[in-house]
Amino acid sequence: MHTESTYNYRVVRQFSIMTVVWGIVGMLVGVILAAQLLWPDMTAGIPWLSYGRLRPLHTNAVIFAFGGCALFATSYYVVQRTSHVRLFGEKLAAFTFWGWQAVIVLAAVTLPLGYTSGKEYAELEWPIDILITLVWVSYAIVFFGTIMKRKVAHIYVANWFFGGFILTVALLHIVNSAEVPVTLWKSYPVYAGTQDAMVQWWYGHNAVGFFLTAGFLGMMYYFVPKQAGRPVYSYRLSVVHFWALIFTYMWAGPHHLHYTALPDWAQSIGMVFSLILLAPSWGGMINGIMTLSGAWHKLRTDPILKFLFTSLSFYGMSTFEGPMMSIKTVNSLSHYTDWTIGHVHSGALGWVAMISIGSLYYMIPRLFGREAMYSVRLITVHFWIATTGVVLYIAAMWIAGVMQGLMWRAVNADGTLTYTFVESVKATAPFYAIRLLGGLMFLGGMLLMAWNTWKTVVGAKAYDAPILRPAAAH
Amino acid sequence: MDILFLLIPVSVVLVFIVGALLWWSVGSGQFDDLEGPAHRILQDDDSVPRDDKAP
Repeated sequence: MHTESTYNYRVVRQFSIMTVVWGIVGMLVGVILAAQLLWPDMTAGIPWLSYGRLRPLHTNAVIFAFGGCALFATSYYVVQRTSHVRLFGEKLAAFTFWGWQAVIVLAAVTLPLGYTSGKEYAELEWPIDILITLVWVSYAIVFFGTIMKRKVAHIYVANWFFGGFILTVALLHIVNSAEVPVTLWKSYPVYAGTQDAMVQWWYGHNAVGFFLTAGFLGMMYYFVPKQAGRPVYSYRLSVVHFWALIFTYMWAGPHHLHYTALPDWAQSIGMVFSLILLAPSWGGMINGIMTLSGAWHKLRTDPILKFLFTSLSFYGMSTFEGPMMSIKTVNSLSHYTDWTIGHVHSGALGWVAMISIGSLYYMIPRLFGREAMYSVRLITVHFWIATTGVVLYIAAMWIAGVMQGLMWRAVNADGTLTYTFVESVKATAPFYAIRLLGGLMFLGGMLLMAWNTWKTVVGAKAYDAPILRPAAAH
Repeated sequence: MDILFLLIPVSVVLVFIVGALLWWSVGSGQFDDLEGPAHRILQDDDSVPRDDKAP
């Protein structure tokens, strides 16, 4: 099949299937953690099942395994289809798949064993960091190589978003993971103290901005128009959206360090840049939603479109909530509470997971020579379970978070604290139960998706679409 | 906060790189047509053919 007359769907298929698999694994670990918050002793004190070790496994699995595979799959699909050319670098593309899977498996082994660099979302130790760098550089070569040999003059806007995401993540990873190895599985960062915290959150928030936003916006700008059968509402706005986001994102990180040893002015810069981000974010959200104008009726019957539309609603919600939470006075209430967890999941489940799920439901039949998924009804069921799950999850965390914030800051007339910490934990327990239910529902939806995918794929022949001549430019 | 001597220059360099990219893309006519590209992805038929001639 290594001919230049077909698209390289093989690597897209591999990443697509693994997205579903890692989604289930990552969310299952999340559900276990949610249960541990209710029943702290449920894993019987086994060290490698303890909360502190599973938590980074959960975040790494959902962000880099589930989200990462979804980004690889969709970017490879979109860049080929919009460039009208087969993916550049046959072997290199295969290496990105197997290399990335190796990274994930290594993470799944080392994190429970307790090997960690202790940097949030960058916990993996130095040998794995080097492998990540190799895979990522290969990814960049494959992606930009394909752009270089494109058969159409214009680079579609989705590719700009994917390209921006790939380059920035490379830079972030290399700067933040600069570390001095001591043994095979232990290293120390080259930065110390507040310096390290600053680099860490410069990385951390840009990971949110470029890994979890720009990349998935690339998905949005291709799959929403395709599934709706309508062109992007304003292509001009999508281009402005891209450049505005790229120019303004870099300095939002310090809002993670409000009221810490970081200099005040640096905190304020972080806050201001976070507030500025509301403009491009909402521009993009409105652009995506308005793409459905003239196709609103399709929302009634098309569950894939429901997923894509709802993901945009959550994108709008969390990109409004984020800048609000970055305001110092709001942050003094929300920081360190479960409100942050709610905010993250409104973005991660509502936006990232739902746009990925919608895109996968679009791609999977096309990758396996089927006209549609095995059951469209099951997609509808998945949509409603997932949406209810997310709403339960984030509403519970909002209430819990605000309550914790208020309880922690309450003081008596004589200046002593009104509540002990453990009282706030006790008051949170019912909301942890609701959160567990929401998480279970979202995981249940993913299991439905796995079943639906299995029935679609099994017995189907791998299908590599022929490369069509691009429509005449004018 | 010595770290800012690294992070700020990195960001400034990045902004200039992004600026250069924007300059190139405007100059090379990437954004001359801001209607056509939106329609062209819809003309690219990626549906699976109905018959079983698929390879």
